Amino acid sequence: MLFFIGRRLYQAVLVMLTVALIAFAMFQYVGDPVANLAGQETTLADRELLKERLGLNDPVLIQFGRFIANAVQGDFGISYRMRVPVRDLIAERFPATLELSIMSAFLALLVGIPMGVYTALNRDSWLSRSFMTLSLIGISLPTFLIGIFLILFFGVMLQWLPTFGRGEVVDLGWWSTGMLTSSGWRSMIMPAITLAIFQMTLIVRLIRAEMLEVLRTDYIKFARARGLSERSISFSHALKNTLVPVITIIGLQIGSLIAFAIITESVFQWPGMGLLFIQAIGEVDIPIMSAYLLLIGFVFVVINLIVDILYYTIDPRLRVEK
Amino acid sequence: MKMKSLIIAGVSALALGGLSLPATAQTFKFAFQADAGSLDPHALFETFTIGLLANIYEPLVAYDRDMVKVPRLATDWEIVSPTVWRFNLRQDVKFQNGNDFTAEDVLFSWERMGSEGSDLKSVAATIKNITIIDDYTIEIETPVPNPIFLNDLTGMFIMDKEWSVANNTTEASSPADAGRDGSFATSNTNGTGPFMLESRQPDVKTVLVRYDDHWNTDIATNVQTVEFTPIGQAATRVAALLSGQIDMVYPVPVQDWDRLNNSDGVNALAGPEARTIFLGMDQSRDELLYSSVKGANPFKDPRVRHAFSFAIDVNAIKETIMRGAATPAGLMWAPQIQGFNAEANTPHPFDPDKARSLLADAGYADGFTVTMDCPNDRYVNDEKICQAVAGMLAKVGVTIDLLAQPKSLYFAKVLAQSGYDTSFYLLGWTPGTMDVQNVFSFLLACRNEEGTVGGFNLGGYCNARVDELGEIIASETDVDIRQAAIDEAAQILKADAGYIPLFQQPLSWGVRDGVSVAQRADNVLDLRNVVMP
Repeated sequence: MLFFIGRRLYQAVLVMLTVALIAFAMFQYVGDPVANLAGQETTLADRELLKERLGLNDPVLIQFGRFIANAVQGDFGISYRMRVPVRDLIAERFPATLELSIMSAFLALLVGIPMGVYTALNRDSWLSRSFMTLSLIGISLPTFLIGIFLILFFGVMLQWLPTFGRGEVVDLGWWSTGMLTSSGWRSMIMPAITLAIFQMTLIVRLIRAEMLEVLRTDYIKFARARGLSERSISFSHALKNTLVPVITIIGLQIGSLIAFAIITESVFQWPGMGLLFIQAIGEVDIPIMSAYLLLIGFVFVVINLIVDILYYTIDPRLRVEK
Repeated sequence: MKMKSLIIAGVSALALGGLSLPATAQTFKFAFQADAGSLDPHALFETFTIGLLANIYEPLVAYDRDMVKVPRLATDWEIVSPTVWRFNLRQDVKFQNGNDFTAEDVLFSWERMGSEGSDLKSVAATIKNITIIDDYTIEIETPVPNPIFLNDLTGMFIMDKEWSVANNTTEASSPADAGRDGSFATSNTNGTGPFMLESRQPDVKTVLVRYDDHWNTDIATNVQTVEFTPIGQAATRVAALLSGQIDMVYPVPVQDWDRLNNSDGVNALAGPEARTIFLGMDQSRDELLYSSVKGANPFKDPRVRHAFSFAIDVNAIKETIMRGAATPAGLMWAPQIQGFNAEANTPHPFDPDKARSLLADAGYADGFTVTMDCPNDRYVNDEKICQAVAGMLAKVGVTIDLLAQPKSLYFAKVLAQSGYDTSFYLLGWTPGTMDVQNVFSFLLACRNEEGTVGGFNLGGYCNARVDELGEIIASETDVDIRQAAIDEAAQILKADAGYIPLFQQPLSWGVRDGVSVAQRADNVLDLRNVVMP
């Protein structure tokens, strides 16, 4: 087990180094940071000087090496545009993204699982059919559009919900939370729904397919033959067995919730890491971009590691083979 | 069953959120598309940053709501000799931390502006020396006679020397130095202006509160608290205004004006901006970098440049793309700019037949192909304008390969650091000093090796007489002689067709009913002029 984790960690470091290197190679094509850092009256000589002092004239590999050397010590440099250490910026924005992702995940599970179960148990009812149609729309509509529709309907026409930002936040030491104020909760609703819809539809379809599979198995037939109540069969036997593969998929999806929050965050001006990243791209703020990509790489690596470990604990066969 | 109750719970949760907050009087909330680059008044010479900081810091002389220069931290001034100005400073001014404002602070601020990390070195360079006569009198010496010295001074914010020394921020903070010396002023302020910084999270929210001991007790505003939120997406920005959460947003896409005006409680506020949008052509290389013409540069022939001018129907662009809200231009500088002469501003006529015959005369009867560089997130509808220009030029036989890119890529390609890598481009320009001399030194002057003049003359337009006139305009203090030089240069430029001015783009703000703001031609929101209902 320890050997397994050790090997995984070693692979994780390689993955993250690769991510960083690819990211760095791409930064050469996103534009010139100095164009955004200098006013229009700044002379060419001053622009050159700034470029030199930022180390942008060095070869990519040297810049990369410098970045890695600093990153290992937990120093991700200073944002060109905001002139604040990137580490502080990310720490400041991380709670917003995490709260949004977790809320979305909850929402997706809370709505997705019952919907999936219902559609599996009542395959031909009109409600199931409309759920399936809705989930098709949810999968195919771009997040951006869903967000704009929600803003238009609930924000502009009905004026029920705030259309942007996090509302009032409360600082709990280094963690700022919007979950202790009513405006924070109200602000959370639309972005969370927007972000959750894709995951939700995925869960509905996944649960439905798995559940239909399970319902066909012999032990369900046997349970029925024993005269167990339909309720007990569906929830105690069928659903439990359905959840095993679903949990793995959902675990991986939490990673993509954090990563895909970029679009939702920019539509709702949600001050999370995704927004930070998208603004950094617009302004060619390389330190932020590299730190963000590295962090997202890290999140995926960690989640994969946890999922792998879970596999070991859940599935006894894997352990036996080793 | 379970399903239904879940849905009902969801709907009622949404309904619960429906109570809207009562608007607090005198809290003014506004949104812009980006955040200020820094709170250090000497770190970034960019319109929005300087404009926001102008509420916290003040210069000696400033623009009022109509872009007229008015005394601010100076009360009056006189010209002692052509290069020496004597300023009397305002005596009853205190910085927001309670320190007195004195001549020492002016001297210090000028020195700080000239420090290595400063982005306002060009402004600092308009001063040769400052002599302190007494606590409230100074003499400023300029390197040469400078007719627009007061305009230059509007960019020079005064900081408190004691505060800066105490907080170790005596040098302007450059992005390269962040986290080291000088960075204190990046996120802390102490000015003399009517608003103080209350809190700031970069890119998220900045809150300003009224400074009660401000020297000027009769500024128009009744605002006590200001909440500024940068909102990047235009649709989100407009929605925030429409939903009543924000009192004022800018910029608003011109295509949303009708929607705003047809909605209750909000209005679009449009006005002419001092930014001139124009087309430029590479006239310096012997062969264009991106063209089907080999071994020659068609833009070196004035007939081709005139043909391009004749081919473009500025009015059509104005009506269709700019929704009628643009001011067609004949000059490279806007009506709000010092030195503007309305008689010279007649736009170039639209005459495609003339364009075709000029092209034929120049030997391009069958036209040619050239690549056009265009930003797609910098100016109002920039990419659409370029597409329209390409369509119009196609009608006279010129094929345009349009390369529209985000501004960071566009500027990285066309500016000096890449060696002006363009053949044909669209650019916009607002003279930072609001004076025509700035246009001469950045756009019209022949480029030199060091890039100190003509830095944005991307096409390398060069006319010796215009250069001479530019020298006169930079140093002549007699208004009539100066204007004569400006007019002569304008004529030459027109005859040369050195540039193709298109129009001044509109300012486009969205404001809640009852809120009164002054829409300044430089697109600056001065909170002194904001009055809430």
